[in-house]
Amino acid sequence: MVTKKSAGEIVFDVFNHVFMVFLCFIFIYPIMYCLFASFSDPNQLARHAGPLFKPLGFSLQAYQSIFKDPSLVRSILNTVFYVVAGTSLNLLMTSLAAYVLSRKGFYWKKAIMFMIVFTMYFGGGLIPFYVVVRMIGLNNSPLALIIPSAVSAFNIIIMRTYFMTIPDSMEESAKLDGANDFIVLFRIMLPLAMPVVAVMIIYYGVGHWNSWFDAMIFLLKKPEWRPLQLTLRNLLLMNSATRMSTNTDPTKSAQAARLIQYALIIVTIAPILAIYPFMQRHFIKGVMIGSIKE
Amino acid sequence: MELSRQTNMKHAKGGYGTMLKKDFIRHKYLYLMIAPIIVYYIIFHYLPMVGNIMAFQDFSFMKGIFGSKWIGLKHFKDFLSSPYRDRVIRNTVLLNILGIIFVFPAPVILAMLLNEVKHNYYKRTIQTISYMPYFISTVVISGMIMNFTSQDGFITYIVKFITGYQGSLNLLAKPEWFRSIYVISDIWQFVGFDSIIYISAISGINPELYEAATIDGAGRWKQAIHVTLAGIAPTIIMLLILRLGSLMNVGFEKVFLLYNPAIYETSDVIATYVYRQGLEAGQYSYSTAVGLFNSVINFLFLLTANMISRRTTEISLF
Repeated sequence: MVTKKSAGEIVFDVFNHVFMVFLCFIFIYPIMYCLFASFSDPNQLARHAGPLFKPLGFSLQAYQSIFKDPSLVRSILNTVFYVVAGTSLNLLMTSLAAYVLSRKGFYWKKAIMFMIVFTMYFGGGLIPFYVVVRMIGLNNSPLALIIPSAVSAFNIIIMRTYFMTIPDSMEESAKLDGANDFIVLFRIMLPLAMPVVAVMIIYYGVGHWNSWFDAMIFLLKKPEWRPLQLTLRNLLLMNSATRMSTNTDPTKSAQAARLIQYALIIVTIAPILAIYPFMQRHFIKGVMIGSIKE
Repeated sequence: MELSRQTNMKHAKGGYGTMLKKDFIRHKYLYLMIAPIIVYYIIFHYLPMVGNIMAFQDFSFMKGIFGSKWIGLKHFKDFLSSPYRDRVIRNTVLLNILGIIFVFPAPVILAMLLNEVKHNYYKRTIQTISYMPYFISTVVISGMIMNFTSQDGFITYIVKFITGYQGSLNLLAKPEWFRSIYVISDIWQFVGFDSIIYISAISGINPELYEAATIDGAGRWKQAIHVTLAGIAPTIIMLLILRLGSLMNVGFEKVFLLYNPAIYETSDVIATYVYRQGLEAGQYSYSTAVGLFNSVINFLFLLTANMISRRTTEISLF
């Protein structure tokens, strides 16, 4: 259908396009600024004020200092461990819950569902949570970053909604062949639910990658087990990046620390920014499944 | 589901106990599978809820929940007569109200503007770029904000350029700047991702409605209001209830990472106060009382918002 556009519509379209380009610039620019600043020459950057549109001079010293720092490298490895171990446990727990809660005729289904959903609206609060985790002995253990966040109610709902769309006949025919529920879940349901498994891996994985608060309160005496984000917090927000600089002159050292901070920002967001465009199909699906009201 | 439960009941001739036994035998693997989930929820969600009784005690780790002395409502009275009461409640509520006014509508507007972009490839590119900030961690976002708003940061530079302010300026050391920084960075981080749900709601609108509107002589503006906006109104209301239901919850992490004693006046919220009193000063019972006060009021807000919405629009969470 071809309709002639009125003058007002043309003005709107032009405005809308310009506005969208402007928005994209706003979304991208802060990252670009960090990128340019991280490659700049520390002296030139210190003398500059205002926006940057290209690196000022060129230097790789910030990146060199980062990868020479043993505690940062260790915390990156820790985070990789938390992401892999945490997400695996998350997936197992979420699949179990979603499978049971999507079966027909299970007597406790509604009660358990209520028990889980209620926690989305009302929580115990920070201090009692802290006390409980300490009392069961998880304090100062890396497990404190994995077990207390073993499963999320919201993700159970997403996965359960997906499981309910898989026809019952799949389960019934497998059961006729003598399969028990574990076999049905792991051999039949999960392979059929790979799209939602991908969503879960992304949600939980990004969550573990970005998490720091539990580490801050539970790993006080175990700095060697700190995840990347907590180390970053100390470096970016508590101004301890100067320790990475080898320079003895305090002004120069502060300038180098500035650069190191920008380089740290780039190094930590680069992996996620490199893969998220390929995952977006999945997380959009997650939002859509999650928004279906029962 | 109802049907299958009825058949269950029919089989269970020996009453409730026999029926439970039969359900257990029939579904023994399901019981086994759900057991770890139940244990998890009891330990990490319901035990802390019960643990709130600490708020009425003088709790210490040495004596434990059962050995600590009961002191009734003392901690609640202490908080309600504390000089910090007004500051933390005001900041918590204000940040939320500003969020509802500025952050909440932003993704609706973005989704509607994107809907007017007709080239699909171009549209998808804009969307992909708009999701990006969502994936950056709060720590990194806060680190960026702190650098950009410091004395020689580029945002400070722009602010000085616009306001004509001379001299040294650190925005995060000025109480009057905290709320703007908090709200604007929230929009930046969440507008793209939050628009997904509205974009998918828009794509679910029946195209015949647009055709009918065109035949009735409605232009694009009228279609945007009467078809698009009307079509996503239920989604907006649902999310608004949820949002209103957390009127006393603030994105704790960003406040905690950005604030400092110089700007407590505008940035100290209930959650950060609870953290400082509880985990830094070790007043477990007092801070539990403050936290419980917060979550009860919050829960009442949610119930009220849900009830009002159910009565007026027949849309509700529960």
